Formats: sequence, structure tokens, C-alpha cells
Amino acid sequence: MTVATEIEGNGNGSSPEKLLAPVLSAFWDQPNSWTLETYKRHDGYEGLKKALAMAPDDLIAYVKDSGLRGRGGAGFPTGMKWQFIPQGDGKPHYLVVNADESEPGTCKDIPLLFANPHSLIEGMIIACYAIRSSHAFIYLRGEVVPVLRRLHEAVREAYAAGYLGENILGSGLNLEITVHAGAGAYICGEETALLDSLEGRRGQPRLRPPFPAVAGLYACPTVVNNVESIASVPAILTKGKDWFKSMGSEKSPGFTLYSLSGHVTNPGQYEAPLGITLRQLLDMSGGIREGHRLKFWTPGGSSTPMFTEEHLDVALDYEGVGAAGSMLGTKALQCFDETTCVVRAVTRWTEFYAHESCGKCTPCREGTYWLVQLLRDIEAGKGQLSDLDKLNDIADNINGKSFCALGDGAASPIFSSLKYFREEYEQHITGKGCPFDPAKSTVWADRSARTTEVNA
Amino acid sequence: MTDVSLGMPQLPAPEYPADVRARLEADAKEVIARYPDSRSALLPLLHLVQSEEGYVTRTGVRFCAGQLGLTTAEVTAVSTFYSMYRRKPSGDYQVGVCTNTLCAVMGGDEIFEELKEHLGVGNNETTADGKVTLEHIECNAACDFAPVVMVNWEFFDDQTPASAKQLVDDLQAGRQVEPTRGAPLCTYKETARILAGFPDERPGAVEATGGAGHASLIGLRLAKGETPAPRVVAPRGEAPQDAPPQPGAEHLSSHDAPQETSASDPANPAGPVAEEGE
Repeated sequence: MTVATEIEGNGNGSSPEKLLAPVLSAFWDQPNSWTLETYKRHDGYEGLKKALAMAPDDLIAYVKDSGLRGRGGAGFPTGMKWQFIPQGDGKPHYLVVNADESEPGTCKDIPLLFANPHSLIEGMIIACYAIRSSHAFIYLRGEVVPVLRRLHEAVREAYAAGYLGENILGSGLNLEITVHAGAGAYICGEETALLDSLEGRRGQPRLRPPFPAVAGLYACPTVVNNVESIASVPAILTKGKDWFKSMGSEKSPGFTLYSLSGHVTNPGQYEAPLGITLRQLLDMSGGIREGHRLKFWTPGGSSTPMFTEEHLDVALDYEGVGAAGSMLGTKALQCFDETTCVVRAVTRWTEFYAHESCGKCTPCREGTYWLVQLLRDIEAGKGQLSDLDKLNDIADNINGKSFCALGDGAASPIFSSLKYFREEYEQHITGKGCPFDPAKSTVWADRSARTTEVNA
Repeated sequence: MTDVSLGMPQLPAPEYPADVRARLEADAKEVIARYPDSRSALLPLLHLVQSEEGYVTRTGVRFCAGQLGLTTAEVTAVSTFYSMYRRKPSGDYQVGVCTNTLCAVMGGDEIFEELKEHLGVGNNETTADGKVTLEHIECNAACDFAPVVMVNWEFFDDQTPASAKQLVDDLQAGRQVEPTRGAPLCTYKETARILAGFPDERPGAVEATGGAGHASLIGLRLAKGETPAPRVVAPRGEAPQDAPPQPGAEHLSSHDAPQETSASDPANPAGPVAEEGE
């Protein structure tokens, strides 16, 4: 089986125009797409007007009925998160947007905020009206200053236009948005670690319960939502929940951003209804880079168990990917071809988890450390065959036994790579070294060869 | 620097000079006002003290503690948790090469190796002229532009070893450098001020490099019935055929090894990094 490299060759005859559904990305190619002016020319702040005409509880019900699920990885229904906020409790309520996008492979929120920050701001105003919050925060990872600039500017524009501040559009809603830059810590993408970090502490996860909906920021009821989840809300209001549900499946309705990267002809953002397959995305976009074959890929970042060629037709929605033994995660489709050493890939991911482990719980802190020691030895040809069971065993002692889900994420690449590529690990051990040439995996590996062919 | 000292505890850090202190206090007041609880201002304030001195000094820690009613120990505990707070004087330009799996495989490892050799520095070290601090970084959410290099947290997409070497040459020579996504580079200190929450006031900074990058637009173009343009990969006018593969190039994943040894157990290679007043 090969992945077609010709655009004409797509298997089921469906064209990209039919398979893709740009909504959030619909006007990214327009001049000054990040400005309020351009946003308003594309239905910007129309959803807000509809929302403000509804009662807050009806608005929550509407978003719940739309079936929108969290786009940050876990897929929890967004409307339900809003509903969990106790009303009439006399405490301040907070909305915190998780813009700490750091999961390896994940690259959707950053381009979204760079090109279209107002969709997030509008979504936040709607969400705050629904949960009755008057102060919201955007926790943006610090390492993306170009995006920070545009968020500062978008918030400034929104204040100047009366979308933020006092009595927004005459509705009586008051809302303040604070843009907060993080300082470099993957763990802060975990919602309770993010809250600790936002409170000026080390970013370490909290014991739950209590859940943030009851005791979140400053021990007050708090909704923590991913950027893409919140940014999807205005379109649902503008075009209606039935329009939204007409895309995707019953349990995974709507559109989402798929991020294709790695050894593909055209890496980039592809916005489509949930449930598209990697084969469809590759077929329409030029496939795996010329002359190569797909070897392994992640459906939603490095923390989601890896897939192989046999999973090309898995529907990329919450249920489809789950049934195939992985998780939809952040829809970060990192594709690696046959030149890539899976041991090298997994070693590097594991080094990442060891580096980013916050140190709070023993299974993750110690387990990721020992995984790295074993993997480095195996990669260097100094491993033993018994190390493979040991890897599995250590991963098993992290998975489900860590304080937060990031520990489980560290175990995923170990389990899944051993499942699909155990022989390759054994090859490193019996052959006393890595059989791959990393130079062949680089972006420029085939360039000089191709030039020679053309000239010959 | 890990000599065990059993003598007097360190004296408190000196204060900032009065004029600096007054200026930073005004800034700090503005930052603190953004939050319902003052302690939330700690991360921005640490960015703010980096904008003054280029790294988090003991004086900076003392300043943050004073502003927020915390102890210096509490502030230090936070500042040492986050990788963006530098612990020693560093260059005007922080050059970070992504060596997380995807970028590493696509060529980030080779770029990082070549830059180390080209600049004559190791990971997290600064060139003698004080211009460039080189480090390897983790995934920066730009995998569709791999391999990625960040300079002062602006995006330099689709890099090659040659383009990256040209980039650091330009930085060292003081030539104006523009990212593929982001604003014309300012110094690390100026960048830190933006991170503290003070918008970039330079004219044109927000709109610099335009809208979405080329990879971000690929799906949209296909959906509109356009054929994707061939991938543009040779940034900064570099010829693309510039990366001679290095047979047997060292690629063991050893770059993340602990760099320091615990003071309490110098023989243990896995000790924590020494900090605070080294």
C-alpha cells in the first residue's frame, strides 16, 4: 500500500473543497487578518450580539447542545464545563484560557492567535457572559512573542471598540481581560498547574477534587478552556448549532484544526470536519514526501500512542481514534517516514518528559529519569534485551499512577513504540548501534540528490 | 562554583539604585493592578527584572519579593522552576534551536551541532562578544515550519544549517535581522519587557511579517480550490543545497544531560543545578 502523492489520485473521489471546512482559518489569507476591522468584515462579533440577547443559562444550554468538545486534548464537552460553575454563590467566577500550547507536535493555537486573535476574544466575552464572570485571563506560553504582541493589540482594540470594559454593548456585562505570559514550562498546560502558575507559584498540578469549577483560580469557580474551544464558540452562535452538528459525527460534531507536520509534502494547518482520515489529508495535500513511505505518526501530539500505516483510515474524531487505541489529543499529526529511527524519536520525547516533569510526584519524576537512561543506552547500542521489558515495566509504573495526565503521556510513546516496533529496538541491541542515518531524515536530505537527477 | 561553603550565609542582595528602583516600582504597580491577587504578578515581575538586567539577579529577586510581600526564598523557588528565567548574564540574542523530536529529525539536530561548532559555544553558553546565547529548546508550536529556530522568541521558520549560521553571523555583526514570523529583533531585555505585559510600542511591530505563515494557509488554499504552492524553504536568500550530510554524524540524544553536579554529592552526575548566588 502506498500513500498517493498525486492530488488527482485521491482514493474516494472527494475533493479538498468538499473534505475541508475552513471556519476559524477562513480569512487567514486576507490582508491584516488579525485586526478588528478584518474580523468584523467576516462576521466578527456577530455571535456575541446573539449571545447577549439570550439568557446566560440558555446560552450554556445552547453551547452544550451544539456538542462542542474541548480541543485541548481531553475532549470534555465545553458547555458542560460552563454548566458546572455554581451560580448565585456570591463568589467571583473566572475564565482562564489555556494558550500554553506546548505538547510536542501541537501547533494550532499559535497560528490561530497569530492570524485571528479576535475569534478568541469574542468567544471569551460570550463564555464570561454565560458563566457570569467579569475577569478573564489568557495564559499564553511565553516563548511566542509575535503572538503576545497581537493579543495585546487585539485586547486593546476590543476595549477601544467597547467589546471589553464596562456595560459591553449596553448589556450590563462588565469584563476585563488580562493577557498573561508564562515563562517556559510544559506542565502549565495541565489546567491545575496552569492555575497555580497564574497565582504566581511553581506550576505544579493540584489534587482533585475540588475541581476548578468549584475551587479554581483564587479558590473561586473557574472554567479553564483551550484556545480553539473558545474560539469556536462565536461561529456556533453566528451560524447555529445545527450547522455545527451537520459536520463531524454525532458524538464528535463540528470542525477542527488538524496540524500536519514532518515528512509530508505540504505540512500545515487543515481545518476540516471531525472524522477526516490521515489518508484523506495526505491524498489531498501531496502525500508523504516524494520517494518515501509513512512509518509512524501521532494522532494528537507525542502523548498520544503512535500509529502506523495500518491506521491511515482511522476516523480522526474522539471515538474513532480512541477505538483504535490512541487519543485524538490535539490533532497534531506528526508524520515520520522510513528514514526515521523510532528509538531516536521516542528517546527524544522521553528526554522532553524528563526535562518537563515538575517533580511533584515520584512515578513521573523518577520514572522518566530512568526511562531516559535506558533509552540512551539502547540508542547507543549499549542496551540489553531485558531492558525492553524493563522499559515497559517502568512505563507501566508511571501510567495511571502519576499525579496528573502528563505522566500518562510520557508512557504512551514507550508502550506504543514497543508494540509496533519492538524488532527495531532489538536491532539496536543485537546490532550494538543505531542502523539509521539521521542525515537521510532531514528536510534537505533529498534535495541535492533530486537536483542531480534533474541535471543528469 | 559548587564549592561547599560552611561559612557565613550570604548577605542580602544590594538594592537597585534609587532611580532604577523608582522606575521599576511604577512598572510593578501597573503589573500588580492587572490581577485580583498581587502574587499573580510574580511571573510578569520576573520578566520585568530580566528586562532590566538581562537575567534574574539576586537584586531582582529581592525587588520582586519586596513588591509582593514574599520572601526571597519564595521568589527564588518560582524563578528557578521556569526555563525562561536566566540564571546568569547572557547574550543580547537568545538563539534557541528546537531539538524536540520532530524538528530534530527534520534537521534541528544538525543545525544545533553546526551552530555550536560555528559559534564555538556549547548549550546555554554565550559568545565572547556577549551577543549570542545558544541553547536547544523544546517544541515551540511551529512543527509545520520545521526545523525551527527562535531568536528572542521570534520565529525563524524552515531553517537550514547555512541559514542559521548566516543568522547568527548577522546578529554578531549587528545587522538588522527579521524573523519569518514576528517583528524585527529587539534585544533580549526589550523582549522581556513585552513579556512583562508592556505592549511593543515600536511602529509596525504588530503588523510585521503580515498574516499567517505559508504553512498555516495550505489547508485554506486547498479548500478554495487552489493548488498548494511548492514549499518555500530557503529563508533569508540562502541556496537550498547547502547541507552536506555528515556520515555518521553524532546524534546520540545526550544533549540534555545534567550540566552541573550537586554540591552535596559531587560524584553524582545527576545532581541538581546549583543556583542562587553562584
